[in-house]
Amino acid sequence: MDFQDGIEPNSDYDDAPIVPSDDVREHLVVVGNGMAGCRAVEELLARDADRYRVTIFGAEPHVNYNRIMLSPVLAGEKTFDQIVINTREWYDENGIDLITADPVTAIDRAAKTVTSRSGRTVHYDRLLIATGSDPFIIPVPGKDLPGVISFRDMNDVDTMLAAAEAGKAQGGGSAVVIGGGLLGLEAAHGLTLRGMKVTVIHLMSTLMERQLDEAAGWLLKSALEGRGQSILTGADTAEIYGEGKVEGVRLKDGREIPASLVVMAVGIRPATALAREAGLDVGRGIKVDDHMVTSDPSVLAVGECVEHDGNVYGLVAPLWDMCRSLADGLTDRHTGYRGSVTSTKLKVAGLDVFSAGDFSGGEGCEDIVLRDAARGVYKRVVVKDDKVVGAVLYGDTADGGWYFDLLKKGEDVSEVRDLLIFGQAFASGGGALDPKAAVAALSDDAEICGCNGVSKGQVVGCIEAGACSLDAVRATCKASASCGQCTGLVESLLALTLGEEVEAGPKTLCKCTSFTHDDVRREIVAQDMRSIPEVMQKLHWATPDGCSSCRPALNYYLLCALPGEYVDDQQSRFVNERMHANIQKDGTYSVVPRMWGGLTNPRELRAIADVVEKYDAPMVKVTGGQRLDIFGIKKEDLPAVWADLNAAGMVSGHAYGKSLRTVKTCVGSEWCRFGTQDSTGLGVKTERMTWGSWMPHKFKIAVSGCPRNCAEATIKDFGIVCVDSGYELSVGGNGGIKVRATDFLCKVATEEEALEYCAAFIQVYREEARYLERTAPWIERVGVDYVKSRVVEDEAGRKALAARFLYSQSFSQDDPWAERASGDRADLHQHLQPLALEAAE
Amino acid sequence: MTDWIDIGTLSDIPQRGARTVRFEGEPEIAVFRTGDDKVFALVNECPHKKGPLSQGIVHGHAVACPLHNWNIALASGEAQGADSGCTPTIAVREENGRILLARPEVMRDAA
Repeated sequence: MDFQDGIEPNSDYDDAPIVPSDDVREHLVVVGNGMAGCRAVEELLARDADRYRVTIFGAEPHVNYNRIMLSPVLAGEKTFDQIVINTREWYDENGIDLITADPVTAIDRAAKTVTSRSGRTVHYDRLLIATGSDPFIIPVPGKDLPGVISFRDMNDVDTMLAAAEAGKAQGGGSAVVIGGGLLGLEAAHGLTLRGMKVTVIHLMSTLMERQLDEAAGWLLKSALEGRGQSILTGADTAEIYGEGKVEGVRLKDGREIPASLVVMAVGIRPATALAREAGLDVGRGIKVDDHMVTSDPSVLAVGECVEHDGNVYGLVAPLWDMCRSLADGLTDRHTGYRGSVTSTKLKVAGLDVFSAGDFSGGEGCEDIVLRDAARGVYKRVVVKDDKVVGAVLYGDTADGGWYFDLLKKGEDVSEVRDLLIFGQAFASGGGALDPKAAVAALSDDAEICGCNGVSKGQVVGCIEAGACSLDAVRATCKASASCGQCTGLVESLLALTLGEEVEAGPKTLCKCTSFTHDDVRREIVAQDMRSIPEVMQKLHWATPDGCSSCRPALNYYLLCALPGEYVDDQQSRFVNERMHANIQKDGTYSVVPRMWGGLTNPRELRAIADVVEKYDAPMVKVTGGQRLDIFGIKKEDLPAVWADLNAAGMVSGHAYGKSLRTVKTCVGSEWCRFGTQDSTGLGVKTERMTWGSWMPHKFKIAVSGCPRNCAEATIKDFGIVCVDSGYELSVGGNGGIKVRATDFLCKVATEEEALEYCAAFIQVYREEARYLERTAPWIERVGVDYVKSRVVEDEAGRKALAARFLYSQSFSQDDPWAERASGDRADLHQHLQPLALEAAE
Repeated sequence: MTDWIDIGTLSDIPQRGARTVRFEGEPEIAVFRTGDDKVFALVNECPHKKGPLSQGIVHGHAVACPLHNWNIALASGEAQGADSGCTPTIAVREENGRILLARPEVMRDAA
C-alpha cells in the first residue's frame, strides 16, 4: 500500500477528513495538538494561509484547549468549553486535518513518515514536533497505585473532581499534593475549593522557591494555611501506601498523612522519547536552532519539548516567542528566536504573586525591598549596574508588567532608583496615576494577555483593524478571553486607541437594565417619573424589584430630581443610611455627631462622654474629618443614643451617608499668626449651608486659613484656601485609594461668593454625576473645563444652580436622628417579641 | 410535630425589609418580608463574615449582605453568583396576617 500521499483510510477514525490527494502543497505534519503545536499553526496561517497543507496529531480526545486554565476548571470557575482555544469548526475552516486520541508513536526520517498508535502512517514534507512535556513522577514505592495522578491534562482534572465528589459523600475526603510549586499549589487550591482537606508536601524549605524568595514564600505559606491547607515544607516523601488503592503518604521522618487522592506535581520534563528514537539530537530537550529547526532540516520542534541555547522553558510566554520565530522561518522570514526572559504571574486563592528574572542576588546586585506585613505586601527589586535584573512581588503585583518591561529593555533606572520600589506611578512623577498612562508607557511587545500570549502591539493592531469593544477584541485576538485578569489592561488599550469613541458604550446601570446611569437620569426627568416602581416599569427592568446596586441609585436620582416631592424609600438605602450610623464588622454601629467646622464645647463633650459610658461604647476616636466617632453601639440602642445627643443640641454628622460629611478647618486668622481669613468661621457657614444634602457619593469640604493648608483643602471634593486677597476655590480632590489633588476652579473676593460657588458646584455634581461616582473620577470624565464653564464662566447658570441647591436644602436639613428618635419607626430597631407558643401537629 | 410560635403581624415588618427575633440560647433570627409579601426566616448571619442579613437590601427573593454585598437566596440560604456558603433557614409561614415561626431547636432535633 502506498501511504505517500496522505492519510490511510481507517474505519475507526471515519470522522477524520480525507484530504484530496491532488493537493500538491507541501505537507506540514504536527505532532501534538497542545498549546505550542496549535499556536505554531495559527502563527503560520496568519502569515501565509495557503502555503502548507496541515495535519495535526493529538494524543488527547479533545480539540486544542488552554492547559493553563485547567486550574480554574478544577476550581469550578470555568467549564471545559470555556477553555477551548480552537473549536472543530476552526480546524475545518482552515482546512486542517485533526486526528485526536491517536498519538504518533514513530518517526521514519528516511521515508519522511510518521506512524500513529492506531497504525496510521502519514508522509510529511516538514514535520513539527510539539510533544510538550511529561509530568515528572518521583520513583517512590506506591507511585502506580490507583488514586495517584499528575496534574497535566483534562483527564487528571476529571479524576480529581471524581475524588472530591466521592469524598463529599463520606463527609469530606482528603488529598495530598506532592510539590509546592506553581502547579502543586493550583491543584491544592482547586481541591480545597472542591471541599477536600488538602496537605501540600514540599521538599524545599519554602514554597515556589524557583519563583519566589524566602520572604515571599513564607508569606504565601502563611496565607494558604490561613485558608485551611496544611503545608509541610522540608518534607521528603518516602512512600505512598495503600492496599489496592492509595491510602496515604509516608514521609522519610515517619509521619503519615492519610489521603484518598495523591497528586504528584513536582515538575515536568520535556517529552523527548519520540525524537530520541528517531535519532534527533537531544540534550535536556530536543535541540533546536534560532528557527526551531532540529538536527534534521526537515524536522522542527517547538515548546516545552525543546532546548534552545541550553535553555528549556516551562512557561507559556517563551512558547509564543518560539512560535513566532518558527512561523517566520516556515514562510522565509528570518527573524530568529533569541531566547526568552520569563516572568511568572500567579493568582492562587486570590493571592497575587509575581516574579521575573534573577532574584537570587550575587556579585554587584543590590536589593531594594519594601515590606508591609500588615497589608500582606512584599516587594523586592534586584538592581545590577543600574538595571533591573529581577523582581519578586507578593500581595500587590500591579507593577509587575512595568518591572518586567524595564528588565527586558535593560533600561537605566538610576534616575528613578529612589522611587523604583513604589512602582510606576510614583517613579514617573505621579503623572501616571491614571491607568491609561501606565498602559501607554508599555512597549509594543509587552505581554498583555498571558493566557493567550497577546502583546500590546497585537491588541492595538486588532483595535485599529476595527475591534472597538472588549468582546470584539476577545473574539479577534483572544486577549482577555481566558482568565480575564488582563481585562482592565485591554479596556485601557481600547480607551487609548479609540480615544473618545470608546465612551460610546458605557456600562449599564446594573444587570437589571440595559440603560446606563445617564440614560436613566435623563428619562426620569423627561418622562417625569416619580417612584422607583414607576422607573422600573417604564424602563422595562428585568427583575421584580431591582437589586442592591440599582435601587439606591434610583432612590438618589429621584430624590435629586424631585426635592420636596419624592418620598424617600428607606428599603432602597444601604444599611448605614437606613440606620443613620456606620455598620462595623461585628454588626454594631458607630455614631458621629456633627461638630460644626470641627468646633465643640464642654456641653457637647459631656454629652458624648455620657453616651460613651451609658451605652458602654468600647472606643471613641477622632475621625479624619475632625469629628468624634463613638464605636460599638448596638442597633437597638441607636434611637436612645440619638435622643441623648439631640438633647445636647447635636445632630447627625451623616458620616454614614452618600452626603456632605464634614467641613474640615484650621484655626485661621482668629488664632494663627499666619492666618489670612476666618477659616473656622467660613467652615461653619459652609457646613451650615451644605449639611443634610444627599450626593452621588460621600462629599468632603475643607477650609484652610492660609496657603500652608493645614486643613488639607486640596484633597477634598471642594476646597477653599484663604489668601490675603480672598479665597482660592478648588475641586475634585480625593484622599482615598487613588489620591488626587484638586483642580483649581477660580479665586473669589468674598465669603458670599465662596459659598455661592460651593453651592453651584455641589449642585452640578449632584445633578450630573453617576451614583457612586466621586467628584474626582467625575471631573476626570467630564473635564475641569466643563465644570468651569458651568460654575465660573456662566454667571446666570451658577446662580440658578446655587438656587436649586438651596431650594433642595430647604427640605433636607431635618435631623434624621431626631425623626427616628422621636418614635417614627423606632420599633424597627427592636427585636420582634414572640407572643404565644402553639403546638401543632 | 412542630411548635409554631407567633412572632407578630406581617405589618410589623416593612416590605423589602426584615426584623429580628431572639430565643434564649439560639442564634438571632432574621425574618424577611419581600416585595410580594412572602415571608422567609434565616439565621441572622451571612455565611461569609457573619454580617447581619436583616440589615441588607432585600430584592426579589434574595438579600444583599450589608457588609460585603453577598447575595443570599431567602428560600435556601444559599449564597448566589460566584460566592458559596449557606445560612441555615428556619421554617416560617403566614396565617391570617400573623407570622408563625418554627421553634428553632425543635427543628434542629428533628433534623
